[in-house]
Amino acid sequence: MSIDVETAARVAKLARIKVEPEALPALAQEFSAILGFIEQLNEVDVEGVEPMTSVTPMRLKRRVDVVTDGNQQEKVLANAPDAREGFFAVPKVVE
Amino acid sequence: MSDLNKLTLAAARDRLRAKDVTSVELTQACLGAIEGSGALNAFVHQTPELALERAREADVRLAKGDAPDMCGLPIGIKDLFCTKGVLSQAGSAILDGFKPEYESTVSQNLQDAGAVMLGKLNMDEFAMGSSNETSTYGDVVSPWKRGNDDAKLTPGGSSGGSAAAVAADLCLAATGTDTGGSIRQPAAFVGITGIKPTYGRCSRWGVVAFASSLDQAGPMTKDVRDAAIMLEVMCGHDAKDSTSVDMAVPNFEAMLTGDIKGKKIGLPKEYRMDGMPAEIEKLWANGADMLRDAGAQIVDISLPHTKYALPAYYVIAPAEASSNLARYDGVRYGHRAKLDAGDGITEMYEKTRAEGFGHEVQRRVMIGTYVLSAGFYDAYYNRARRVRALIKRDFENVFADGVDAILTPTTPSAAFGLGEMADADPVQMYLNDVFTVTVNLAGLPGISVPAGVDKQGLPLGLQLIGRPWEEGDLLNTAYALEAAAGFVAKPAKWW
Repeated sequence: MSIDVETAARVAKLARIKVEPEALPALAQEFSAILGFIEQLNEVDVEGVEPMTSVTPMRLKRRVDVVTDGNQQEKVLANAPDAREGFFAVPKVVE
Repeated sequence: MSDLNKLTLAAARDRLRAKDVTSVELTQACLGAIEGSGALNAFVHQTPELALERAREADVRLAKGDAPDMCGLPIGIKDLFCTKGVLSQAGSAILDGFKPEYESTVSQNLQDAGAVMLGKLNMDEFAMGSSNETSTYGDVVSPWKRGNDDAKLTPGGSSGGSAAAVAADLCLAATGTDTGGSIRQPAAFVGITGIKPTYGRCSRWGVVAFASSLDQAGPMTKDVRDAAIMLEVMCGHDAKDSTSVDMAVPNFEAMLTGDIKGKKIGLPKEYRMDGMPAEIEKLWANGADMLRDAGAQIVDISLPHTKYALPAYYVIAPAEASSNLARYDGVRYGHRAKLDAGDGITEMYEKTRAEGFGHEVQRRVMIGTYVLSAGFYDAYYNRARRVRALIKRDFENVFADGVDAILTPTTPSAAFGLGEMADADPVQMYLNDVFTVTVNLAGLPGISVPAGVDKQGLPLGLQLIGRPWEEGDLLNTAYALEAAAGFVAKPAKWW
């Protein structure tokens, strides 16, 4: 499958990665090469095969529904690029 | 007291217990070796004060006779593991300056057992790569050279720093992680042992996530005995990782008898690839002979869906990565791009991720985004998961036929030169994982054992794949193979 420049731009947008317009043709070509490789999967007869959800069939453990954590505001914010007054700070989201 | 850094874990443990040496002495020997190893670029964050402090604590424990197997043994930790108060960047610029407030379960298990962390080891960015050329810290250089050729070689990836550090005796052992071969391929490239346990043996908590259904931690060591010792400490149930299995961890070292009489070892015909170098073919045949001579029964087997493992992997792993790496948004940790006037939150995300992620990571995140996007989810992602189920079934069938372990080459070639693959198609680089990736897709344990050298003197590895949860039996088969192969080559020190 060949990926065009518009599709590459759309995927970059969905992935929230800024790609300069001049870089899009090369990116589209790389996608095409990788997807071409992936297309081999169409040769496989997967009729009646369930998609794997867990490689090791197991019942997830349940835990008691109690608070196990908390009161760590300083630690949570310690690595933030911009933290103010106990919050993460970001550019204005709502007008 | 020189050359203490060259000891195996087992030898160092025995000498510590015999009071023949102290943990501080072992640690100082390693710190000295690390200091002179800048040219390898393996250790990217060194923690000498912390190491000596832990070594002194270990010596106190040892003096009291409270000495678990790893107590006092200096090791390196891959940068993918979060280590409290110590930079943990997963080899990425987007985690620039990230100092976790917590410790990963695996590194905590090692610390609790008294192991001494010397520092953090270089790796491919977010563990995406097979040559350690995608790291924000720059390439790791293998301690090995091709004969008299001075070209710099790759140590493999993604655990390239761990591989180079162990092979160059900068530490006694190191942690690695393996999503598609990232422990076994670098171990093979530098002539050391590396095991990826069954999915669920090691807790993934605190290990920066790449592809959660495939990622497993494991040890990279100088020999099989060391792998058994270190794996036991790393394993164990962890309530903080719902996929970690609640199952007793056996004493793996005690299972190393070297007796493999009557074991059935399978050779999968699908691993005999077109264009496989004659040396690899020969290594594989020799390995089979060695196991046969040790009393094992060698049988030809078929794993019919092998060919589809790599394409399935390159749907599933990027899909999970695109989801896992969505968290790097410049809000909570790491890098945030400088914004222009009028930029909103979307521009912040887009610029931050463009600046913070390297090219390979961006490409995989976008491929993952594509295969998960509306209209393609069934055609790519669901189809890949169905093929994955078939790959796992292939293994179940041969194990049901009584096969105890499967022998294959670890890699399709010896280590290549840094930069040699720069112009290659990305798919060419992915082919490095052709023999290892099936094991991750099926969640099985796999180990690489150094088994010979090529005509240029570079190490080659053989892989053994075991039944789920039977790492002890797998390690024992590897132990027999190691004894028969008698691999002793070491890189000549040039760094």
